[in-house]
Amino acid sequence: MYILAFLGKRLFAAAVTLLVTSFVVFSLLAASPGSPEQTLLGSRPPTPELIAAIRARYHLDDPFLSRFWQWLGDVVQMDFGRSVRSGQPVTDMLSERLDVTLALGVYAFLLVLVIAVPAGLSAGIRRGSVLDRGVTLTALVGVSAPPFAVGLLLLTVFGVGLGWFPVFGAGEGFAGRVEHLTLPAVTMAVAGVAIVARQTRAAALDVATKDFVTFAEARGLPRSVVLGRYALRNSALPVITSAGLVLAMSLTGAVLVESTFALPGLGSLLVESVSTKDIPVVQGLALLTAALMIGVNLVVDLCYLGLDPRVRHSGGA
Amino acid sequence: MRARARIARKVPGAIPVFALGLVVIAALGGDWLAPYDPGAQDLANTAMPPSGAHWLGTDDLGRDVLSRLVSGARIALLGPAVVAIGVAVLATVIGLLAGYRGGWVDSAIMRGVDLVYAVPPLLVAIVVVGVFGGGYPLAIGVLIALSVPADVRMVRSAVLAQRNLAYVESARTVGVGRGRILFTHLLPNVLPTVVANLLLTFVSALVGLAALAFLGLGVGTGAPDWGRMLAENKGMLDLNPAAMAAPAVLITVVAASVTLIGDRVYDRMAARGRDVGRA
Repeated sequence: MYILAFLGKRLFAAAVTLLVTSFVVFSLLAASPGSPEQTLLGSRPPTPELIAAIRARYHLDDPFLSRFWQWLGDVVQMDFGRSVRSGQPVTDMLSERLDVTLALGVYAFLLVLVIAVPAGLSAGIRRGSVLDRGVTLTALVGVSAPPFAVGLLLLTVFGVGLGWFPVFGAGEGFAGRVEHLTLPAVTMAVAGVAIVARQTRAAALDVATKDFVTFAEARGLPRSVVLGRYALRNSALPVITSAGLVLAMSLTGAVLVESTFALPGLGSLLVESVSTKDIPVVQGLALLTAALMIGVNLVVDLCYLGLDPRVRHSGGA
Repeated sequence: MRARARIARKVPGAIPVFALGLVVIAALGGDWLAPYDPGAQDLANTAMPPSGAHWLGTDDLGRDVLSRLVSGARIALLGPAVVAIGVAVLATVIGLLAGYRGGWVDSAIMRGVDLVYAVPPLLVAIVVVGVFGGGYPLAIGVLIALSVPADVRMVRSAVLAQRNLAYVESARTVGVGRGRILFTHLLPNVLPTVVANLLLTFVSALVGLAALAFLGLGVGTGAPDWGRMLAENKGMLDLNPAAMAAPAVLITVVAASVTLIGDRVYDRMAARGRDVGRA
């Protein structure tokens, strides 16, 4: 019962947020400088037929709210209209660019997990050690380092200076992909590693003082069991909370990293579309981003339920 | 011996202060400190690597990179400072109000905050500044508007922790007005949170504004802006890598220094708060 109520509440909140966001995203067309027809025409010649076609396609003669509902109806069916710049359907453009961003995101996420969680755990367990101070300081610097600056520095050293990695492009095939995406993924992972390592360290510090850990150690359980089964699971909650934050950072990071390394992903598509005022594409990307953020936050809430019986029984208040 | 050990412990702490001090001096001195005119082109000496005459080399128009960095320091510090102070003032007023008034004022404010809280400010700034072509002032406005919610949350929870303490209660009993309780009694106790956050907001605004400039949004062309220089000098990576590496290092160093200082300020204020609580 509790779980259902909890789920219902969260789903409702997510739906409301999504609705408000889509309204704001829709208003972008009306709010952008110049008339909507002009914006949607782009550089095409303004013949009366074309203007009439655009007015009909985007229901520009209807009142604002009814236009919004019609647009929303299309959007639900994954139809964001056509790009002003290329005339291609927005959905096609998005799916074309998706795989680079997805590969980059997954790669960076794996790096974050592999580096940040062990580093944070061992720093938290050995509080005040050289390792701890090193991790804390690195994380502090990593949080504030701008992704594009990190990327350009990596590019200077490893791309141009040492020539270990290719300087631009996304690569062909799996090996090429990995090779081309290594520097971008490392760049994108820096901020995430910093956040997650700090969170994990704080959580491990907290857990390390708990009686059940002392007791487990007193029983002579091996360190790996104490760390893996007791400490890790109990410090998982705050770490998962930061997942939403990490995602928000990686979305911004993707835009900057893709622009830095000239990768043909969704982030660079956003920058191109924004600077050419290709509103339908910007709308599609904005909605996709919002849906992703809301979805991940929902999943984070569900993870709470799965990981912590206390949340399950108290109804997630 | 002991004194030396103490100094040795203090040295790492002094590094960020020292680094930031240099940048502040550059910001104050500006063009007067720069060895060359930051806008002067020398088309006979373009994209030169570092040398005795040009310590960081020249860019693709033959402009002196070091001079442009020094001259750009003022705007690099000023923009984020405006954002940080704007956010701190707005968030303090709104947060105090929400936390102390409670009721519908609180829930109205918090619903709005919840809605904007999860939105990545820089991403929205890229879209808004790009689509509206509003330039630097708009970029600053967007960053302020979207950074306020997170701070409101923090100030509000600090107020909630304080509002039922004895000193507030007694002030209320004696008949002190609401405005006076808020600004002379609660505010000093919430201030540590605000100050610590001010520096963090400064860092994200610094990075955000540089990112916008890097993407070609916000600052006009030709201005000696650090973010802009990154984008402009990216093309001559193989000719004069210093032209691009220097602004990248500088932005990172300033961001990291302010973060480290902010972290220390926060620790010290938290410690003082504990002492006061104990007394």
